[in-house]
Amino acid sequence: MIDPCHIGYVSPPFTTEVERGRLRFFAKAIGETDPVYLEEDAAHAAGYPGLPVPPTFLFCLEMDRPAPYGWFDDLGIELPKVLHGEQSFVYHAMAYAGDCLTFAARVRDIYSKKGGLLEFVVQDNQISNQRGELIAEFTRTLVIRHG
Amino acid sequence: MVKTLTPFDYTTAQPGDAWPALAMPPVARLTLALYCGASGDHNPLHVDSDFARAAGLGDVIAHGMLSMGYMGRTLTQQVPLGALREFSTRFLAMTRIGDQITCTAQVIARFNDAQGMPCLRVAVSAAGHNGEVKAAGEAIIALPSG
Repeated sequence: MIDPCHIGYVSPPFTTEVERGRLRFFAKAIGETDPVYLEEDAAHAAGYPGLPVPPTFLFCLEMDRPAPYGWFDDLGIELPKVLHGEQSFVYHAMAYAGDCLTFAARVRDIYSKKGGLLEFVVQDNQISNQRGELIAEFTRTLVIRHG
Repeated sequence: MVKTLTPFDYTTAQPGDAWPALAMPPVARLTLALYCGASGDHNPLHVDSDFARAAGLGDVIAHGMLSMGYMGRTLTQQVPLGALREFSTRFLAMTRIGDQITCTAQVIARFNDAQGMPCLRVAVSAAGHNGEVKAAGEAIIALPSG
Protein backbone atom coordinates (compact mmCIF):
# COMPACT_ATOMS: atom_id res chain seq x y z
CA MET A 1 0.00 0.00 0.00
CA ILE A 2 1.19 3.48 -0.83
CA ASP A 3 0.99 5.50 2.35
CA PRO A 4 -1.37 8.50 1.96
CA CYS A 5 1.03 10.36 4.24
CA HIS A 6 2.91 11.08 0.99
CA ILE A 7 0.13 13.44 -0.14
CA GLY A 8 1.93 16.76 -0.41
CA TYR A 9 5.24 15.13 -1.42
CA VAL A 10 7.25 17.75 -3.29
CA SER A 11 9.91 16.77 -5.85
CA PRO A 12 13.06 18.90 -6.03
CA PRO A 13 12.52 21.80 -8.47
CA PHE A 14 13.93 20.94 -11.86
CA THR A 15 15.04 23.39 -14.56
CA THR A 16 15.88 22.43 -18.12
CA GLU A 17 16.38 24.11 -21.47
CA VAL A 18 14.09 23.43 -24.41
CA GLU A 19 16.49 22.20 -27.08
CA ARG A 20 15.71 22.74 -30.76
CA GLY A 21 17.11 19.37 -31.84
CA ARG A 22 15.07 17.60 -29.19
CA LEU A 23 11.90 19.28 -30.44
CA ARG A 24 12.64 18.00 -33.93
CA PHE A 25 13.30 14.51 -32.58
CA PHE A 26 10.00 14.59 -30.70
CA ALA A 27 8.20 15.83 -33.82
CA LYS A 28 9.62 12.86 -35.74
CA ALA A 29 8.55 10.44 -32.99
CA ILE A 30 4.91 11.53 -33.21
CA GLY A 31 4.96 11.70 -37.01
CA GLU A 32 4.62 15.47 -37.10
CA THR A 33 4.68 16.92 -40.63
CA ASP A 34 3.69 20.54 -39.95
CA PRO A 35 6.83 22.59 -40.78
CA VAL A 36 6.03 25.01 -37.94
CA TYR A 37 7.32 22.32 -35.53
CA LEU A 38 10.29 21.34 -37.68
CA GLU A 39 11.74 24.37 -39.45
CA GLU A 40 12.72 27.65 -37.87
CA ASP A 41 11.74 29.64 -40.97
CA ALA A 42 8.23 28.21 -40.85
CA ALA A 43 8.01 28.92 -37.12
CA HIS A 44 9.09 32.53 -37.68
CA ALA A 45 6.62 32.88 -40.56
CA ALA A 46 3.89 31.77 -38.14
CA GLY A 47 4.93 34.59 -35.81
CA TYR A 48 6.84 32.46 -33.30
CA PRO A 49 10.30 33.45 -32.00
CA GLY A 50 11.49 29.84 -32.49
CA LEU A 51 10.27 26.26 -32.73
CA PRO A 52 7.25 25.99 -30.43
CA VAL A 53 6.82 23.34 -27.75
CA PRO A 54 3.93 21.09 -28.87
CA PRO A 55 1.04 20.34 -26.47
CA THR A 56 2.28 17.17 -24.78
CA PHE A 57 6.04 17.78 -24.81
CA LEU A 58 6.04 19.55 -21.44
CA PHE A 59 5.30 16.17 -19.86
CA CYS A 60 8.38 14.78 -21.58
CA LEU A 61 10.69 17.56 -20.45
CA GLU A 62 9.73 16.89 -16.85
CA MET A 63 11.08 13.37 -17.24
CA ASP A 64 14.53 14.76 -18.01
CA ARG A 65 15.09 15.33 -14.29
CA PRO A 66 18.13 13.40 -13.00
CA ALA A 67 16.09 10.55 -11.44
CA PRO A 68 12.64 10.74 -13.08
CA TYR A 69 11.42 7.71 -11.12
CA GLY A 70 13.22 8.65 -7.90
CA TRP A 71 9.98 9.72 -6.28
CA PHE A 72 8.55 6.26 -7.00
CA ASP A 73 11.15 4.84 -4.61
CA ASP A 74 10.32 7.43 -1.95
CA LEU A 75 6.61 6.61 -2.18
CA GLY A 76 7.09 2.83 -2.54
CA ILE A 77 5.75 2.66 -6.11
CA GLU A 78 7.01 -0.34 -8.11
CA LEU A 79 7.71 0.71 -11.71
CA PRO A 80 6.58 -2.57 -13.40
CA LYS A 81 3.12 -2.14 -11.84
CA VAL A 82 2.59 1.43 -13.02
CA LEU A 83 0.27 2.49 -15.82
CA HIS A 84 -0.57 6.03 -16.90
CA GLY A 85 -4.25 6.51 -16.11
CA GLU A 86 -4.99 10.12 -16.96
CA GLN A 87 -3.18 13.23 -18.12
CA SER A 88 -4.34 16.81 -18.30
CA PHE A 89 -2.75 20.11 -19.30
CA VAL A 90 -3.81 23.71 -18.76
CA TYR A 91 -1.91 26.18 -20.94
CA HIS A 92 -1.24 29.78 -19.97
CA ALA A 93 1.50 30.82 -22.40
CA MET A 94 3.58 29.26 -25.14
CA ALA A 95 7.11 27.95 -24.78
CA TYR A 96 9.79 27.86 -27.44
CA ALA A 97 13.19 26.40 -28.20
CA GLY A 98 15.76 28.17 -26.05
CA ASP A 99 13.42 28.73 -23.11
CA CYS A 100 14.48 27.49 -19.68
CA LEU A 101 11.56 25.84 -17.94
CA THR A 102 11.27 25.02 -14.25
CA PHE A 103 9.02 22.20 -13.05
CA ALA A 104 7.50 22.18 -9.58
CA ALA A 105 5.88 18.84 -8.83
CA ARG A 106 3.65 17.94 -5.89
CA VAL A 107 1.59 14.84 -5.08
CA ARG A 108 -2.03 15.95 -4.77
CA ASP A 109 -3.79 12.69 -3.93
CA ILE A 110 -3.30 9.00 -3.16
CA TYR A 111 -6.25 6.59 -3.05
CA SER A 112 -7.18 3.02 -3.84
CA LYS A 113 -10.07 1.17 -5.48
CA LYS A 114 -11.26 -2.45 -5.73
CA GLY A 115 -10.16 -3.24 -2.19
CA GLY A 116 -6.61 -2.07 -2.84
CA LEU A 117 -6.12 -3.96 -6.14
CA LEU A 118 -5.69 -0.62 -7.84
CA GLU A 119 -3.91 2.32 -6.30
CA PHE A 120 -3.90 5.83 -7.71
CA VAL A 121 -1.36 8.61 -7.32
CA VAL A 122 -2.19 12.08 -8.62
CA GLN A 123 0.71 14.48 -9.17
CA ASP A 124 0.49 18.15 -10.18
CA ASN A 125 3.22 20.05 -12.00
CA GLN A 126 3.55 23.80 -12.47
CA ILE A 127 5.83 24.96 -15.25
CA SER A 128 7.33 28.42 -15.39
CA ASN A 129 9.81 29.97 -17.79
CA GLN A 130 13.06 31.92 -17.31
CA ARG A 131 11.05 35.12 -16.76
CA GLY A 132 9.06 33.53 -13.97
CA GLU A 133 5.89 33.39 -16.08
CA LEU A 134 3.56 30.47 -15.50
CA ILE A 135 3.54 28.58 -18.81
CA ALA A 136 1.33 25.63 -18.01
CA GLU A 137 0.14 23.21 -15.39
CA PHE A 138 -0.25 19.50 -15.85
CA THR A 139 -1.61 16.67 -13.78
CA ARG A 140 -0.83 13.01 -14.18
CA THR A 141 -2.71 10.16 -12.60
CA LEU A 142 -0.77 6.94 -12.19
CA VAL A 143 -2.48 3.59 -11.68
CA ILE A 144 -0.59 0.93 -9.74
CA ARG A 145 -1.86 -2.58 -10.49
CA HIS A 146 -1.72 -5.28 -7.82
CA GLY A 147 -2.49 -8.79 -9.11
CA MET B 1 -25.74 12.15 -38.00
CA VAL B 2 -22.24 13.58 -37.94
CA LYS B 3 -21.45 15.87 -40.83
CA THR B 4 -17.95 16.65 -41.98
CA LEU B 5 -17.19 20.15 -43.12
CA THR B 6 -14.90 20.53 -46.10
CA PRO B 7 -12.67 22.44 -45.70
CA PHE B 8 -12.79 22.44 -41.92
CA ASP B 9 -12.72 25.79 -40.14
CA TYR B 10 -12.64 25.53 -36.35
CA THR B 11 -13.70 29.15 -35.93
CA THR B 12 -17.11 28.44 -37.44
CA ALA B 13 -17.47 24.79 -36.35
CA GLN B 14 -20.71 23.95 -34.57
CA PRO B 15 -21.58 21.34 -31.92
CA GLY B 16 -21.75 17.93 -33.57
CA ASP B 17 -19.32 18.83 -36.34
CA ALA B 18 -16.67 16.19 -36.94
CA TRP B 19 -13.04 17.26 -36.86
CA PRO B 20 -10.71 15.96 -39.59
CA ALA B 21 -9.30 12.62 -38.42
CA LEU B 22 -5.62 11.73 -38.19
CA ALA B 23 -4.70 8.17 -39.21
CA MET B 24 -1.31 6.87 -38.13
CA PRO B 25 0.65 3.91 -39.50
CA PRO B 26 0.75 0.73 -37.36
CA VAL B 27 2.77 1.03 -34.15
CA ALA B 28 6.11 -0.71 -34.72
CA ARG B 29 8.90 -1.42 -32.25
CA LEU B 30 10.81 1.39 -33.96
CA THR B 31 7.89 3.76 -33.20
CA LEU B 32 8.27 2.96 -29.51
CA ALA B 33 12.08 3.17 -29.60
CA LEU B 34 11.90 6.63 -31.20
CA TYR B 35 9.25 7.79 -28.76
CA CYS B 36 11.27 6.43 -25.83
CA GLY B 37 14.31 8.44 -26.88
CA ALA B 38 12.53 11.59 -27.97
CA SER B 39 10.13 11.78 -25.05
CA GLY B 40 12.70 10.97 -22.38
CA ASP B 41 10.31 8.36 -20.94
CA HIS B 42 12.74 5.45 -20.66
CA ASN B 43 10.37 3.14 -18.81
CA PRO B 44 11.47 -0.31 -20.06
CA LEU B 45 7.82 -1.44 -20.21
CA HIS B 46 7.66 0.26 -23.61
CA VAL B 47 10.82 -1.04 -25.28
CA ASP B 48 12.12 -4.08 -23.40
CA SER B 49 10.06 -7.20 -24.17
CA ASP B 50 11.73 -9.20 -21.38
CA PHE B 51 10.80 -6.55 -18.84
CA ALA B 52 7.23 -6.33 -20.18
CA ARG B 53 6.80 -10.12 -20.02
CA ALA B 54 8.11 -10.21 -16.45
CA ALA B 55 5.63 -7.44 -15.60
CA GLY B 56 2.84 -9.71 -16.85
CA LEU B 57 1.97 -7.74 -19.97
CA GLY B 58 3.09 -10.32 -22.54
CA ASP B 59 4.96 -7.80 -24.67
CA VAL B 60 5.81 -4.13 -24.76
CA ILE B 61 2.95 -1.62 -24.73
CA ALA B 62 3.00 1.83 -26.26
CA HIS B 63 3.35 4.93 -24.11
CA GLY B 64 -0.07 6.41 -23.41
CA MET B 65 1.53 9.75 -24.18
CA LEU B 66 2.26 8.58 -27.74
CA SER B 67 -1.50 8.41 -28.33
CA MET B 68 -1.92 11.77 -26.62
CA GLY B 69 0.80 13.15 -28.90
CA TYR B 70 -1.21 11.97 -31.91
CA MET B 71 -4.36 13.49 -30.38
CA GLY B 72 -2.52 16.77 -29.93
CA ARG B 73 -1.52 16.72 -33.59
CA THR B 74 -5.16 16.17 -34.53
CA LEU B 75 -5.99 19.41 -32.74
CA THR B 76 -3.02 21.51 -33.85
CA GLN B 77 -3.38 20.58 -37.50
CA GLN B 78 -6.52 22.76 -37.40
CA VAL B 79 -5.82 25.23 -34.60
CA PRO B 80 -2.89 27.56 -33.88
CA LEU B 81 -1.00 26.21 -30.89
CA GLY B 82 -1.55 29.37 -28.84
CA ALA B 83 -5.33 28.87 -29.00
CA LEU B 84 -5.15 25.60 -27.07
CA ARG B 85 -6.26 26.29 -23.49
CA GLU B 86 -6.78 22.85 -21.99
CA PHE B 87 -6.15 19.29 -23.11
CA SER B 88 -6.87 16.19 -21.08
CA THR B 89 -7.34 12.50 -21.62
CA ARG B 90 -7.96 9.21 -19.88
CA PHE B 91 -6.02 6.18 -21.06
CA LEU B 92 -8.54 3.37 -21.47
CA ALA B 93 -6.78 0.46 -23.19
CA MET B 94 -3.25 -0.64 -23.92
CA THR B 95 -1.80 0.01 -27.38
CA ARG B 96 0.29 -2.85 -28.69
CA ILE B 97 2.65 -3.51 -31.59
CA GLY B 98 0.67 -3.50 -34.85
CA ASP B 99 -2.17 -1.34 -33.56
CA GLN B 100 -3.12 1.29 -36.08
CA ILE B 101 -4.23 4.42 -34.26
CA THR B 102 -6.72 6.84 -35.72
CA CYS B 103 -7.61 10.00 -33.84
CA THR B 104 -11.01 11.56 -34.23
CA ALA B 105 -12.61 14.58 -32.63
CA GLN B 106 -15.94 16.26 -32.53
CA VAL B 107 -17.09 19.69 -31.45
CA ILE B 108 -19.16 19.44 -28.27
CA ALA B 109 -19.99 23.06 -27.55
CA ARG B 110 -19.31 26.72 -28.18
CA PHE B 111 -19.31 28.70 -24.97
CA ASN B 112 -17.92 31.80 -23.29
CA ASP B 113 -15.39 31.24 -20.52
CA ALA B 114 -15.43 33.05 -17.16
CA GLN B 115 -13.78 36.09 -18.78
CA GLY B 116 -16.36 36.11 -21.57
CA MET B 117 -13.91 34.80 -24.19
CA PRO B 118 -15.50 32.57 -26.84
CA CYS B 119 -14.25 28.99 -26.69
CA LEU B 120 -14.79 25.63 -28.29
CA ARG B 121 -15.07 22.39 -26.35
CA VAL B 122 -13.90 19.41 -28.39
CA ALA B 123 -14.02 15.69 -27.62
CA VAL B 124 -10.93 13.94 -28.95
CA SER B 125 -10.04 10.26 -28.90
CA ALA B 126 -7.59 7.70 -30.22
CA ALA B 127 -8.80 4.25 -31.30
CA GLY B 128 -7.15 1.14 -32.72
CA HIS B 129 -8.04 -0.34 -36.11
CA ASN B 130 -10.42 -2.78 -34.39
CA GLY B 131 -12.32 0.17 -32.96
CA GLU B 132 -11.04 -0.21 -29.40
CA VAL B 133 -10.78 3.25 -27.84
CA LYS B 134 -7.29 3.65 -26.40
CA ALA B 135 -7.63 7.18 -25.05
CA ALA B 136 -10.47 9.65 -24.84
CA GLY B 137 -10.43 13.21 -23.67
CA GLU B 138 -11.31 16.80 -24.24
CA ALA B 139 -9.77 20.05 -25.34
CA ILE B 140 -10.76 23.66 -24.85
CA ILE B 141 -9.77 26.00 -27.65
CA ALA B 142 -9.98 29.78 -27.64
CA LEU B 143 -11.89 31.23 -30.59
CA PRO B 144 -10.85 34.51 -32.17
CA SER B 145 -12.79 37.25 -30.39
CA GLY B 146 -14.62 39.92 -32.37
